[in-house]
Amino acid sequence: MKKSLKARNNDIANTSKQLEILSNGIFANGELPTFAEKIKETNQFPLRPKKLEILQINLGYMCNQVCEHCHVDAGPDRKEIMTKETMQQCLNIIKKTAAHTLDLTGGAPEMNPNFRWFVEEAAKAGIKDFIVRSNLTIIRANKKYYDLPAFFKKHNVHVVSSMPHWTRGKTDKQRGDGVFDKSIKALQELNAVGYGMPNSNLKLDLVYNPSGAFLPGDQKALENDFKKALLADFSINFHQLFAITNLPISRFLDYLIASDNYEDYMHSLLDAYNPAAVANVMCTNTISISWDGWLYDCDFNQMLNLKVASKVKHVADYNEELLQNRNIIINQHCYGCTAGAGSSCQGVVA
Amino acid sequence: MSKNYYDAADLRKFGKITEWSEELGSKFFDYYGKVFEEGALTAREKSLIALAVAHTEQCPYCIDAYTKDGLQRGVTKEEMMEAIHVGAAIKSGATLVHGVQMMNKVNKLEM
Ligand code: SF4
Ligand code: SF4
Repeated sequence: MKKSLKARNNDIANTSKQLEILSNGIFANGELPTFAEKIKETNQFPLRPKKLEILQINLGYMCNQVCEHCHVDAGPDRKEIMTKETMQQCLNIIKKTAAHTLDLTGGAPEMNPNFRWFVEEAAKAGIKDFIVRSNLTIIRANKKYYDLPAFFKKHNVHVVSSMPHWTRGKTDKQRGDGVFDKSIKALQELNAVGYGMPNSNLKLDLVYNPSGAFLPGDQKALENDFKKALLADFSINFHQLFAITNLPISRFLDYLIASDNYEDYMHSLLDAYNPAAVANVMCTNTISISWDGWLYDCDFNQMLNLKVASKVKHVADYNEELLQNRNIIINQHCYGCTAGAGSSCQGVVA
Repeated sequence: MSKNYYDAADLRKFGKITEWSEELGSKFFDYYGKVFEEGALTAREKSLIALAVAHTEQCPYCIDAYTKDGLQRGVTKEEMMEAIHVGAAIKSGATLVHGVQMMNKVNKLEM
């Protein structure tokens, strides 16, 4: 099995190295404007938070897969996972916050040994939309996970799953051999307990990331193609498809550089820059919490180790009012959120 | 000056052709944009037609552009290759069918 950048001691595992790559070259020589310069054109600098709507909690970087494009650099060799103490601190926040969405992510969040306890406790907090990001194959990884669909159903969790394509070849290329067949089986099992069925309240959405150095096409058209193919070939139903742009960080950045696509990709992001998407990028209504309890503007800033620019930086001393009064930290990777129809964890934003 | 006739980075400069003839250039881009909108044909179908034509026209810029466009739309490499074969079949068919003109001419000229 492939290894994470970290386990390979790859330079790019170092976040300051990533930031250096992002800031130099085409941005330092003036060929392309920096993201800050670009949003100044429409008086959107500094980027400021709006009302907090989403709490995104990363339960750890451990994962049963090692996908090519993973911006978390997750994998079986990553041991960073959230402790029960930090979970407890998160639960205190969940109970107090007015945010309507809780979004659990990873790695594979299900691999955290306290995952089920945390879901049970969090479900009691009365969150409106309780999302678990499941990579699907975990449901089929081994016996102890087979009952996950029933467990999700019991707590009325909204399942959001990654699926790069409706064909085996493209899916396995991005996510590893055998991933397609396991994902199909997992989707069928989720359908069997009622997830994703046309009139079901058990929400099952798919996430699509392009498998290479190109941007996602129209979300609605892709959703239609996915629906048609998955239904015809495997009798699978799901609700919505979120098309997400790959941000040039971590393993995807490594791929872009190794395949000599980095500059072209940054040009594509800039060509597709949409000022209307800036107002709705996910950092404006989200707080992202890492496995070790640090606070970030978004999942991507978390992976670049760019903690919130606020006096409050950790769940231990969480203060929503103070946090709301901060500037969001931006860098060139933010172009990924503002290309075309824009991109966030929940698909297009503009 | 570039040493090659074709430079992949020139594709990004395509929009600049309006600079030396604003009116005609803009009219072209308006027309071009309209053609590729979703219509009786889906944008996906149009993209595959464009890819096939890009090959018969042998335009490297269009090949790059519509390969990427197809990937963005989730088009598979098998679909792309089939589209190119359609273009190639029409192109060779068009060459061959002119053979009838040659045959006519031979028949007319020969005793
Ligand atoms: S993309 Fe998701 S499933 Fe793939 S390695 Fe990263 S965290 Fe795991
Ligand atoms: S990368 Fe993060 S900080 Fe930058 S625009 Fe996207 S959500 Fe906001």
